[in-house]
Amino acid sequence: MELIGLLNYALFMAIFIGIYALLSLGLNIQWGGAGLFNAGIAGFFAVGAYTSAILTSPAADGRLGGYEMPFYVGWAGAMLAAALIAWPIGKICLRFRSDYLAIATIGIAEIIRLVIKSEEALTNSARGISSIERPFGDLPYVSSQAAFLGIVLFLVIAAYFLVQRQFNAPWGRMMRAIRDNELAARAMGKNIEYRRLEAFIFGSALMGLSGAVFAAFNRSITPEAIDPMVATFLVWIMLILGGSGNNKGAILGAVIVWVIWSVSEIATDQLPHEYAVKAKYVRLFLIGLMLQLVLRFRPEGLLPERTTGVTRPEDEKSQ
Amino acid sequence: MDFMELLNFYLMPGIVLGCIYALGAIGVTLIFSILRYAHLAHGDLATLGAFLALAIVSGFGVSPLAALPVAMIGTAVIAVFIDKAFYNHLRERPKIVTVMASLGIALMIRAVIQVVWGVDSESYVRGIVRPENYWGLRIRDREIYTIAFMIAVVVALQLFLGRSKWGKAMRAMSDNPDLALLSGIDNRKVIILTWLIAGGLCASAGVFLGLNTELKSMMGWHMLLPMFAATILGGVGRVDGAVLGGLIVGVAEELSVLVLPSEYKTATAFVILLLMLLVRPTGLLRGKVL
Repeated sequence: MELIGLLNYALFMAIFIGIYALLSLGLNIQWGGAGLFNAGIAGFFAVGAYTSAILTSPAADGRLGGYEMPFYVGWAGAMLAAALIAWPIGKICLRFRSDYLAIATIGIAEIIRLVIKSEEALTNSARGISSIERPFGDLPYVSSQAAFLGIVLFLVIAAYFLVQRQFNAPWGRMMRAIRDNELAARAMGKNIEYRRLEAFIFGSALMGLSGAVFAAFNRSITPEAIDPMVATFLVWIMLILGGSGNNKGAILGAVIVWVIWSVSEIATDQLPHEYAVKAKYVRLFLIGLMLQLVLRFRPEGLLPERTTGVTRPEDEKSQ
Repeated sequence: MDFMELLNFYLMPGIVLGCIYALGAIGVTLIFSILRYAHLAHGDLATLGAFLALAIVSGFGVSPLAALPVAMIGTAVIAVFIDKAFYNHLRERPKIVTVMASLGIALMIRAVIQVVWGVDSESYVRGIVRPENYWGLRIRDREIYTIAFMIAVVVALQLFLGRSKWGKAMRAMSDNPDLALLSGIDNRKVIILTWLIAGGLCASAGVFLGLNTELKSMMGWHMLLPMFAATILGGVGRVDGAVLGGLIVGVAEELSVLVLPSEYKTATAFVILLLMLLVRPTGLLRGKVL
């Protein structure tokens, strides 16, 4: 009995790590590869979750959706929707320094949150959308969880190899050039705005996919399902701690941070109620402090970005 | 709807809100132009200022206006401390790293507030304040204080930046930091001064928001977007621009209720922000674009 409980918990945690690893890989395309600051990760995540929910859930009165499509259609739709939201934002903001993108993504995440909370016809507002199609949802509990983990693992590995391939391709080199020396890249004739837009859209699509997986896993999605600031920030610390620019690092960071985050939650939930509520904020404070410490003492993360080629001393100095 | 109704129920609250945004936006614009990064913890710093004032109000039983200077000084000192502890060593790195650090600081400040004061709404004074009637113009005392304080601050700050030695040093560093350094301006002192001013004004924005509405742990975070919209609308680096931008954003938010469902009030600031970046990124008063 104990063992089954433990196994269930391990499966549950592994699925969540997979969901966050997808987010972290998405952010790695944007920040690690192209130096774009996305502070609205939760917004793209939510767009993905709700799009797949609308496409795959059964029909309901008084709201859009209920097309009962198979899950893979819903998940592809989620990626597309997140990319479509990212496009105009990127189009407007990527001409400027990344500070502007940071503010605009905070804004878009806020607007998405408002839409989800108040548009009953689209998202069923506070009650959310339930009975979302979940692959292998008919199996008994443990095997269903295991099968779902299989799908998540497949997605993470596929995303890892695709992003890795892209980073090692000429495209990746070009993105690093744009990130590290915009002026030189422009002088080489690279279309900087367009390339950044590509990176921003790819990354956002991956975040949308992650949202769809989350919604399918829970079989439902409500506005309160995730705390936008906490989720966004967790993904940031995952990537920075793991090593931005390194895809293995992005996944490693997701594993470490999520294990710390959820185990500390279990630990603090043992406390009496009034302390347990406060403990959540203490944990948030510590996560914030962790980011400051990593930025200060190990800015390259646990697994630093691998740069191929020779770096001459004078290049190092000029940066 | 006649004109007085429009003035009393939409324009007046808009102007008051605009003054609050302006107080925050001045700090944002100074940091953006002198230190050259977007300070994402500015909203939560304002919340901290508001709750410091609450602690003084409930601890000593004084009025919020008496607590205001203490809260401003306290927040200013905390801002300098945060800069020393967390931002200072990132100065040589790309500026966007500091933006990320400030996002973390925003979370940390909010966590401290939530631990110390909880997540429920608080207020400085209990009970309903009835507005006074001046020839049909209905206005509350606290609204007059807000507007008067903002005007006084802007006049003082403009005089300081335009006339005094340190004000000129700040403007020089905003125009060209290398040249400022070469001409013997002590960068560190200018940075401390910038944080003192920005932190103090930020606290006043929080206190006046708390005075006119209520205190919540998320109040500052929700103010962040309007403050940045005001900064960019007015032109980065322009104090008068921040005031103009703040007033426009505040009034636009209140007027948006006439055409949009009230849930989307905060979307107005975002639309203004994107529109300005699209058509005129330098802002109305020709600020700079980083």
